Amino acid sequence: MRAENPFQQAVTWLNDPLNWTNPGGILDRLGEHLWISAAAVALGCMVAWPIGMWLGHSGRGGSAVVMISNLTLAIPTIALLTILPLTFLGFGKPPVVVALAVFAVPPLLANAYTGVRSIDPEARDAARGMGLSGWQVLGRVELPLAVPYLAAGFRTASVQVVATAALASFVNGGGLGQIISAGFGLGIAVGGGQILAGGILVAVLAILVEALLAVVERAVTPKPLRRARGRAARRAAAATGNA
Amino acid sequence: MSFRLALQESPGNPWFSWQYVRDNSDTILAALREHATLTAEAMLIATVVAVPLAVVAYWYRPLTGPILALSGVLYTIPSLALLAFVAPYVGTTNPASVLIALVLYALLLIVRNSLAGLNQVPPEARDAAQGMGYGRWGRLFRIDLPLALPGIFTGLRLATVSTVALVTVGALIGYGGLGDLILTGFRNNFYKAEILTGAVLCVGLALVLDLLLATAGRLLTPWSRRGAR
Repeated sequence: MRAENPFQQAVTWLNDPLNWTNPGGILDRLGEHLWISAAAVALGCMVAWPIGMWLGHSGRGGSAVVMISNLTLAIPTIALLTILPLTFLGFGKPPVVVALAVFAVPPLLANAYTGVRSIDPEARDAARGMGLSGWQVLGRVELPLAVPYLAAGFRTASVQVVATAALASFVNGGGLGQIISAGFGLGIAVGGGQILAGGILVAVLAILVEALLAVVERAVTPKPLRRARGRAARRAAAATGNA
Repeated sequence: MSFRLALQESPGNPWFSWQYVRDNSDTILAALREHATLTAEAMLIATVVAVPLAVVAYWYRPLTGPILALSGVLYTIPSLALLAFVAPYVGTTNPASVLIALVLYALLLIVRNSLAGLNQVPPEARDAAQGMGYGRWGRLFRIDLPLALPGIFTGLRLATVSTVALVTVGALIGYGGLGDLILTGFRNNFYKAEILTGAVLCVGLALVLDLLLATAGRLLTPWSRRGAR
């Protein structure tokens, strides 16, 4: 370790404007990070929401949802990130997006399932009594009432993906993690400050996303439901917390 | 980081290769041992720290909010960033860097679940203990902790499984256990058999440890077998 402590080195590194604007600098990496994360969450939503809501609607598959969540928790991100590029997906961004989407699915799925399951059966019966078909009940009653849960799942999944996307750097997949990896590559004497600076950037981004989505989640949850719903949704998501 | 260049010349590049496993059993076992050791150490330290912390939060209600809020924020921080915070201070060639990052992660899951378990102890049980003349410590060891065991074990299981997966992140500084196999295989001309061996063993280890803990939890809490879940 050098005389200057790592934190001072990190501040120095962050204060160099070239580290921000250079090709492969912070702004480039931030753009990549956000793009990869957004694509992964979108892909996860497209897969998880319809399945989760259908399972909730039909009232089956609860144990399957839990099993998928537990199994995903056991798969190391790095394994998926290294295996997928070697399949038909090829190298570049697509395998990274797919790998991250896999980790976004459990919270999205669990919350969509719980959201539809926990709707007051009387509301469902009333809709049926009015002559709505199964699909109409799903679309007009269950979907709107499940929105707070969907939002909570979206928040958990997004934060998780933004945090996990840092690991894309293991396969040169881009993102802010690349700054940390490059720092480790330089060795502690030279890269110490950069490692810490990268860590700070990734952590700040994750916390910012978390805060922003907390506001969004609150906004889409009707007022009377806020306390109870939030707690229930978090419980549904708790089974899959991992970064 | 060690590169095994001698293996590059293999003609095919299959996902499964028994040949690879046999030829490199020493390396694989060493990686598995490192992985299991790191996981066990992290879990042990985390448990020793986290359970008392949960008890403190349980006894002093005003501390519950801050402890849970801190755990929430810390849990948001990406694993790689956590390693980046620790490594410059501890040293990048030191397995303790990985260990500290792992302990921090496991800590949060165990604290949260243990506290939830403690808070679920029925008030009647607590009152009864009081009436029977148990003091604070007696009640903790004879009533509260045994009744909170299912919650504590849920936390331990979640933490163990995610710790096994997280150990692999240590591969970036060469102390990732099976993650080293995965990463070396990737860098070593995409040696598929090595990557998949690492990945499969990793998932296997997580499932085995989860099963062990589930069994231990069931044996320790025979009364909870009916009813809950």
